[in-house]
Amino acid sequence: MTEFEAFADMQPSLSPALSPAQISPRANLAGWLYVSPLVLVLVPFFVAPILVVLAASFFATDGFGGLTPGFTLASYVEVLHSALTLKLYLATIKFTVVTWIFTLIIGFFVAYFLVFHVRNQLLAIGLFLLCTVPFWTSNIIRMISWIPLLGKEGLINQALLGLGVIRQPLEVLLFSDLAVVIAYVHQLTIFMIVPIFNSMARIDKKLIEAAIDAGASRFDIMRLIVVPMSKSGIALGTIFVVSIVMGDFFVVKVMSGGGSASVVSAFYEDVGVLQYPSAAASAVLLTLVLVAIVSLILRTVDIRQEITR
Amino acid sequence: MKSDRGDIELAGVCKSFDGVTNVVDGVNLKIADGAYCCFIGPSGCGKTTILRMIAGHEDPTAGEIVIGGQNVVGLAPVQRRTAMMFQSYALFPHLTVRDNIAFALRVRGMSKADRLRAADAMIEKVRLTQFADRLPAQLSGGQQQRVALARAAITEPRVLLLDEPLSALDEQLRVQMRQELRRMQQELGITFIHVTHTQLEAIALADLVVVMEQGRIKQAGAARDVYAHPHDRYVAEFMGGQNVLSGRVEKVNGSTFTLAQAAPDGIEVPLQARSTVSVGDKIDIAVRRDDVALVRPGRELPPGCTTLLPSRVLAIEYQGYFVKVMLDTVPDDAFVAYVPEKTFFADPFTVGDVVMATWATGSALPLA
Repeated sequence: MTEFEAFADMQPSLSPALSPAQISPRANLAGWLYVSPLVLVLVPFFVAPILVVLAASFFATDGFGGLTPGFTLASYVEVLHSALTLKLYLATIKFTVVTWIFTLIIGFFVAYFLVFHVRNQLLAIGLFLLCTVPFWTSNIIRMISWIPLLGKEGLINQALLGLGVIRQPLEVLLFSDLAVVIAYVHQLTIFMIVPIFNSMARIDKKLIEAAIDAGASRFDIMRLIVVPMSKSGIALGTIFVVSIVMGDFFVVKVMSGGGSASVVSAFYEDVGVLQYPSAAASAVLLTLVLVAIVSLILRTVDIRQEITR
Repeated sequence: MKSDRGDIELAGVCKSFDGVTNVVDGVNLKIADGAYCCFIGPSGCGKTTILRMIAGHEDPTAGEIVIGGQNVVGLAPVQRRTAMMFQSYALFPHLTVRDNIAFALRVRGMSKADRLRAADAMIEKVRLTQFADRLPAQLSGGQQQRVALARAAITEPRVLLLDEPLSALDEQLRVQMRQELRRMQQELGITFIHVTHTQLEAIALADLVVVMEQGRIKQAGAARDVYAHPHDRYVAEFMGGQNVLSGRVEKVNGSTFTLAQAAPDGIEVPLQARSTVSVGDKIDIAVRRDDVALVRPGRELPPGCTTLLPSRVLAIEYQGYFVKVMLDTVPDDAFVAYVPEKTFFADPFTVGDVVMATWATGSALPLA
């Protein structure tokens, strides 16, 4: 055996996962202590409400808000048989996909610019903070602020009229699907920027240099190095954006002027008319759909490995 | 037609990052085609900057870099036909060994079948076939190093630039990979430029050793020249293996001169190339540590020795085939004798012993 074969045989030992039996009881206790604050918050404020909703979805109702404990699938049958459910899901998924595409493109390039083009780190941090400026005010105020910009008498219409580009003010700008998407993109792009920025910032600049050395063009570098290595950031951002849009009813309601609805807005109305079990069933269904989507996204990247890297 | 020659000429190359201080300060150097050249110097001496300028990752502030007869300043690395092997390798962590090695071919638009065939041939050359589908993180340091080498070599560059290629490895592997580098260089028949701060690495590998200090070349030459005939105190001390002594010239007598020192009769030094020595000059001389012989007072001197420096043994280190004896011969500088093991143990000294340090007069070397 040559010396090269000899050390080719040496395999780096990848630390094997510890089985629970190998962890001493003491370390085990310490582990539980570490997670206890999170458990104390999550159990009463997350797990318990979800269980209540789950239980309520199987209860019967007298139609006036009164619940009869029991086990019936009537609410699920009703929700799943309603043509409205499918329509709402399609509408919501349409908003989700369009918003996702725009936030991804904008978020990716903003992060790319901040990481690879802004040499001065202080400036990068400053620009990064600038992205958070819209969040210095409440969501409601942000929604209202669109009116003077996008409304019939708004800045954009006035400007276009003034320039003679249009004769009639554009109605589509406000209280429309377009307005909903604009509001979503504005609100959610930061959720893409942050995780993508985070994973991009960890790309060793030497890798870019090595790629240039190999003759890669700017586009090659983006396609073959930056995008694959930002995958986990993109996945995290996607989870944020998708779950927020899928779970939203407020932006849709306000920005569409009541013209569009979402899955959540439908069961929000159910709650309004005291149809708790069917609202609960819709909520459970949406949760399942989201869990499915998120687990699909997580299949594409090893977030856990990424975060601990 | 592009030249395939990988000879390099640096002419007045300067580099300044802040516009005030030159990190590389007027470097002139010729490197022959197919040579193995080592740049050596302490960190911050500008050696890596020179490498990066040859590679095209940094532009010189002034001067020309000529590869194969063509000035390459301003050209991209691909146009220069250089390839760089980065310190800590910079392997693409999300690509397998095969894809890492095939990367340069991929961005050059070679078809998948062709580039994978070429990559597999290269993988075989660096003996990584069984690891072709692994990710870099699943490889040992030495294996990663060979992936980096293969990745750089696959484009058939005319110059391969290596930035401290062995520094991330442990001692044993370093010696092994050192041979591997030399073997690859001979196999590929291209110019290698290797940056290191390890003297042993440089003299073991290089046809041309370039010693640098603060952006300037102190001495460039064959490994043996630089080691055995250092130009000045800096090179002698940096390359090691030499005792450097300084003193005033007491008298010049024909082919030798005498240096005033602690020695009863001064130190006799051959003039050699240094012809302009006059009485009163303060000069440095170097004496190889393995040329120094130690004799007990009153014993007969070995033939050819005229200088005799009384010393006390400060410390003794056993080094295997020789014994390192540290002496207080000269007040300000370290003075060390490398005594062959068998000679030493025939009549071993202990710390505190008084001995006479001596050497054949011809082996003392005046420094610039």
